[in-house]
Amino acid sequence: MNIYEQKSRNARDTWIIAGLLILFFLFIGAGFDYFYGAGMSVPVFSIAALSAGLISSFAGYMSGDKMVLYSCRAMPLDLNDPKQRQWQNVVEEMSIAGGMPLPKTYIIDDPDPNAFATGRDPSHSSIAVTRGLLGALNREEQQAVAAHEMSHIKNYDIRLMLIIAVLIGAIALASDWAARGFMRGRGGRRRGSGKGSGGAVLIIMAIWLVTAILAPFLSRIMAMFVSRKREYLADASGAELTRNPLALASALDKISSRVDPTRSINQGNAHLCICDPKGSAVGFREGSFSDLFATHPPIRKRVEILKSMAYAHL
Amino acid sequence: MSVLWIALGVIAVLILWLIAVYNGLVSLKNQVMNGWKQIDVQLKRRYDLIPNLVETVKGIMKFEQDTLTKVIEARNKAMSAQGVADKAVKENALTGTLRQLFALVESYPNLKSNENVAKLQEELVSTENRIGFARQFYNDIATKFNISREVFPSNLVAGIFGFKAAELFEIQDASERAAPKVDLSLK
Repeated sequence: MNIYEQKSRNARDTWIIAGLLILFFLFIGAGFDYFYGAGMSVPVFSIAALSAGLISSFAGYMSGDKMVLYSCRAMPLDLNDPKQRQWQNVVEEMSIAGGMPLPKTYIIDDPDPNAFATGRDPSHSSIAVTRGLLGALNREEQQAVAAHEMSHIKNYDIRLMLIIAVLIGAIALASDWAARGFMRGRGGRRRGSGKGSGGAVLIIMAIWLVTAILAPFLSRIMAMFVSRKREYLADASGAELTRNPLALASALDKISSRVDPTRSINQGNAHLCICDPKGSAVGFREGSFSDLFATHPPIRKRVEILKSMAYAHL
Repeated sequence: MSVLWIALGVIAVLILWLIAVYNGLVSLKNQVMNGWKQIDVQLKRRYDLIPNLVETVKGIMKFEQDTLTKVIEARNKAMSAQGVADKAVKENALTGTLRQLFALVESYPNLKSNENVAKLQEELVSTENRIGFARQFYNDIATKFNISREVFPSNLVAGIFGFKAAELFEIQDASERAAPKVDLSLK
């Protein structure tokens, strides 16, 4: 699969995910209407939930990148600092290599090395990097990291990931409403009256509630799945920009050798980063269970693939 | 009657295809030209940086006036060079003298620790990289253009409208062409 196919697939997946988000809100709203909205002529809850879904996906699309950056306390670069000046240069070099507009650059005051890109398209994109990364990596390795992030921007991974970040947040919220609403309205007016027998209503209610409660969990798993697949491609096309896969391999080695978590980046944004900010040894374990819950493929596998790319050119 | 419609349909499809291929080629050609301009932008950046660098190191590198003069001369020659081939040769000469200068800076501890020199050095390293990446991007996009110009059936369209092949940027300096040393110590 190349970057152009990936781009159109990402466009499709973005619509699917935004659709899922809106459907989920509708589902929660419809449930409220069904159980508690008996006296009302219009499905108030459905309409409210639908608009919440639409607004949150649109707001996420337009300014989700700012929210993500704000939540990690990312600051614009200080170009008088030699290290940050160098990083700015590296990013500019990579935008030239990719023939792309220059992304905005941010720094996060965190000692653990990590980086992520966000935004809705190449003209509205940002790259954030931790202070730790600038200290730990040499110029070539920084270049590799910038190229990796630039590839996420180029093939619109960032847009998809942004919508997913919004989805995770919004679903957690909606699920919370559903659970609270259920607690408060227990034994609601609907029970035993109207459509069907009491048993059927109970079953529908149970399904609704279980879906609402499991959704945040499922949305996390989906985010992890979607993000993991994209890391290999970003590694490969990043190496195509620098023509230096070994630099990315050694950058990943260095980043993953620091086992401390990146505290400034919360789990909701984990799928954006170059390496899992959880920072535990998860990245090294392999196997179906840890794979299911990892936002990133095992570092060792990524490094192996990059090295094989380098030797293929010898 | 229906034969006529079918014939019209085929012609319409052909025309649409022609338009699509032609527009695709034009868009690629413009990207190629833009890629070429980007190289110029980066070369200009280098011309602007060099006098600053020379000015900064001049005081300390008293015994290296020769090298400094060479750098300035190479810069002026490269700036006034005409034509792609001539430009490439002069630019490579300039790259060579800059490398010499950086090698010399390494042997002056008080220069290496000088903040302004370090800053300028970073800017020049970055400029060298930008020139390299701008050329790489130009070659990538020019290759893409050349491929779509030559493959069947879009070569027919390219032929009708006379699209010329884009020239690739090649390494002029024999020493640069030599295979780079590969460091296998990286584990």
